[in-house]
Amino acid sequence: MNRSFAESTARERVTHLLDADTFHEILGPAERVVSPHLALLGVPSAFDDGVVIGSGLLDGQAILVAAQEGEFMGGGVGEVHGAKLVGLFKRALAAKPAAVIVLAESGGVRLHEANAGLIAVSEVMRALLDVRAQGIPVIMLIGGANGCFGGMGLIARCADHVVMSDIGRLAMSGPEVIESSNGVEEFDSRDRALVWRTTGGKHRYLTDDCDVLVEDDVAQFRAAAMGLLGQSLPLSLASMEAEHALLASRLSRYGDCRDALDIWQRAGVADPLRVPDMEARQMPALKALNPKELA
Amino acid sequence: MEKLHFEFPGQYAPGHFTPVLVGVVGSGNLEVMLEPHGGSTCTIDVTTSAGGFGPIWEAVVHDFQARHRLAGIAVSINDMGATPAVVSLRLDQAAAALPLGSQSNSGAPT
Amino acid sequence: MRNWNSVADNRGARLARAASLVSGKVVQAEAATALLGAVLESGDRVCIEGNNQKQADFLARCLTQLDPAQIHDLHMVQSVLALPEHLDLFESGIASRLDFSFSGPQSARLAKMVSAGQIEIGAIHTYLELFSRYFVDLTPRVSLVCAQAADAQGNLYTGANTEDTPAIVEATAFKGGIVIAQVNEMLPTLPRVDIPGDWVNFVIPAPQPHFIEPLFTRDPAQISEIQVLMAMMAIKGIYAEYGVQRLNHGIGFDTAAIELLLPTYAESLGLKGKICRHWALNPHPALIPAIEAGWVESVYSFGSELGMEDYVNARSDVFFTGADGSLRSNRALCQAAGHYACDMFIGSTLQIDLNGHSSTATLGRIAGFGGAPNMGADARGRRHATPAWLKAGAQARQGRTGVSAMPRGQKLVVQIVETFREHMQPAFVDKLDAWQLADQAHMAIPPVMIYGDDVTHILTEEGIANLLLCRSDEEREQAIRGVAGYTPVGLARDRRMVENLRDRGVIQRAEDIGVDKRDATRSLLAARNMRDLVRASGGLYDPPKRFRNW
Repeated sequence: MNRSFAESTARERVTHLLDADTFHEILGPAERVVSPHLALLGVPSAFDDGVVIGSGLLDGQAILVAAQEGEFMGGGVGEVHGAKLVGLFKRALAAKPAAVIVLAESGGVRLHEANAGLIAVSEVMRALLDVRAQGIPVIMLIGGANGCFGGMGLIARCADHVVMSDIGRLAMSGPEVIESSNGVEEFDSRDRALVWRTTGGKHRYLTDDCDVLVEDDVAQFRAAAMGLLGQSLPLSLASMEAEHALLASRLSRYGDCRDALDIWQRAGVADPLRVPDMEARQMPALKALNPKELA
Repeated sequence: MEKLHFEFPGQYAPGHFTPVLVGVVGSGNLEVMLEPHGGSTCTIDVTTSAGGFGPIWEAVVHDFQARHRLAGIAVSINDMGATPAVVSLRLDQAAAALPLGSQSNSGAPT
Repeated sequence: MRNWNSVADNRGARLARAASLVSGKVVQAEAATALLGAVLESGDRVCIEGNNQKQADFLARCLTQLDPAQIHDLHMVQSVLALPEHLDLFESGIASRLDFSFSGPQSARLAKMVSAGQIEIGAIHTYLELFSRYFVDLTPRVSLVCAQAADAQGNLYTGANTEDTPAIVEATAFKGGIVIAQVNEMLPTLPRVDIPGDWVNFVIPAPQPHFIEPLFTRDPAQISEIQVLMAMMAIKGIYAEYGVQRLNHGIGFDTAAIELLLPTYAESLGLKGKICRHWALNPHPALIPAIEAGWVESVYSFGSELGMEDYVNARSDVFFTGADGSLRSNRALCQAAGHYACDMFIGSTLQIDLNGHSSTATLGRIAGFGGAPNMGADARGRRHATPAWLKAGAQARQGRTGVSAMPRGQKLVVQIVETFREHMQPAFVDKLDAWQLADQAHMAIPPVMIYGDDVTHILTEEGIANLLLCRSDEEREQAIRGVAGYTPVGLARDRRMVENLRDRGVIQRAEDIGVDKRDATRSLLAARNMRDLVRASGGLYDPPKRFRNW
């Protein structure tokens, strides 16, 4: 039976993502390395500060893994949470695993921890790039109901690969933030179909911000991650310039579009209105019809 | 935030085991961690954001222990306003995750 | 000599005044307010379609634009106070008296205006009760209704959301009244005729389609494990136990969980065909998997549900549809069906007291009753027998003497509720807030939704209390305490009595009926989110935007 990635807790996702009984947790809940800030604000802590980290095997290969718990503080990155992620990346430099896999579900910086959270996010970014510079692939799996936003969205796009389900969302600003800053005419955050058209896995996949699109199924995330092991992408000046060229081209081609529907239409997708109701598994074929246009 | 501590005598000691964690600290939810500890009692430590419900916690954990009679176990809880129904459910889920010998009737208060 | 046709003559005069402003039946929107001013007279009894779901919102706005110096002290009779405009009328003095059934979103403002003396409430009714009075002592003089479409002759197509319109129009048209309908569009030919043109005096194409609220959609993603557990107990401990074939579900996540457990949990118990074949129910999206799996033979509806139109049209074996293919609903008839032709009602509530009286009344709000009391009441006028009805009746009468010894059936009326609601508010109380509300709002009696002597079972996460088997007030009280969990009411139980009641089967815990709590997980639901429902419907169900997350 299909095990929903979105409905599973971070721990359950890790358990079922890796090879059976191979996960060893680092700084587990019994060690009680908790937030030094939350209790002062009268907010309950979590024993693992909302992120599970450790080592294990994926398809027999050694990997390091981190999974954010979206239900705790919206998956927000606080001081300890961030330090656990940084520590994991630093361990990767020594252990040289086949990949570092991050199951990202987060609203970004944990606002309760303010600057400590902001600093943590930037340290995670730096640590991630150090790992990539060593040729160790970093893979993001995004499929939680809370999405991957804010500083964590930025971190996700620093990785080698992004795997999303169509329930997953990836962006910087959250929908409510856009609406309150720019008004409901600009972006109606209660129009959930619009929110998912704009930031959801399908759109990200069609516009190449996500490499693999899967269904809401832990087994499919596992298969996708397995397929990306050992596939490090160069982190070079040339690759940065290529990315800039891609973004400039995207801006010139689609900069005046108001809605993802307009982008898909302009890219030559036959029936853009039907795209949201299509299944994830139908997307590769759709993308193949318009390979260059959508990128 | 309120901290509560309870201690009960027990019978079934699972001995040494890897700590067990169930649940998540989300709104209306809680996490329950079970760890082995020396001694013959079951201790329960609760940290909760919903203050003033001490007597209800006491009744809930009392009934939990009546069902499972655990010994040599420390139960630690981080709670964010879960109802007694959810608390009892998580406690029973945690007990069910212990190594064999501590399962008993996962029933309601008598 | 008395004039025995004074009402008809008066109608003629009103229509003559209208004729000086408009010609023919079809009236332009710009002339609507003037038309109302011409046909209304101060003190009139006016019905406006504030239904549970659809609203004659354009006509409501026009009504508020009248000059209270010309038209005042109207007596409003309507099912639901849904729109701000419904209460604005009372602020300006255009209306002063009100008879209604439910006030949902306006309940707090209503309470304020009543205590400020701006509204005189005649009575709060159930829907069927109010419709019934339209034919006795609350007949509307002018009715303002809404329909999907009209033709030039004034025939109306009310379509899937027919709701209250037939009852309202029949009472008005045949007692010298005037019927005015706002419609979404004019068509040369209607898909079907729901209201004949002879019954309608004026038709007004409105600038916007009338408002319809999706009240009966519940996102499966919000169903909790506790609700799954209670649903399992309901199915095994009550539906299976009594063989409930014909039923109504009060809307809520608890009952949505039951609907979603039919193709999975109930299937595993071998119950298909033995329960849940006939429903008095709106087209709940949560029922789609059960329908697809072949559980459901028929569904008759009070109204429709946004997004379900194409699905219903494609399942005419199950739903009541016209020759045009679309749903025909009727609140009055469905209420009667729920009252007389169903063997069980199950729904949730806010408070239950030690006698089993159940109330949704909260302080500072006058919310009313809607339709629940019609379904959630024994149907004493019923005579036909079914196994479920006979079994419940026999349990209630076992060992009784005197007038209660006569063999008789009884409807199962189940209240399903978690012991604590949001913010740790207990659902079980010593005294209902309804008493205090009655004082505050000067009501003759406390507003009780379902009376304790109609309630047959109370189901919580702690178990099922079977009140049919209780033989004294004390037993009843302890049976209720025995499922009231850790609420103050529950903690004050007499443990010995509760144990005794459990031994006798008056109280049943999950394990007593063979339900293992560890099985109560969301993976038991046939659909776990809105998208699963869409898939289950083969893409026919089209949820409103607010429910999409893909």
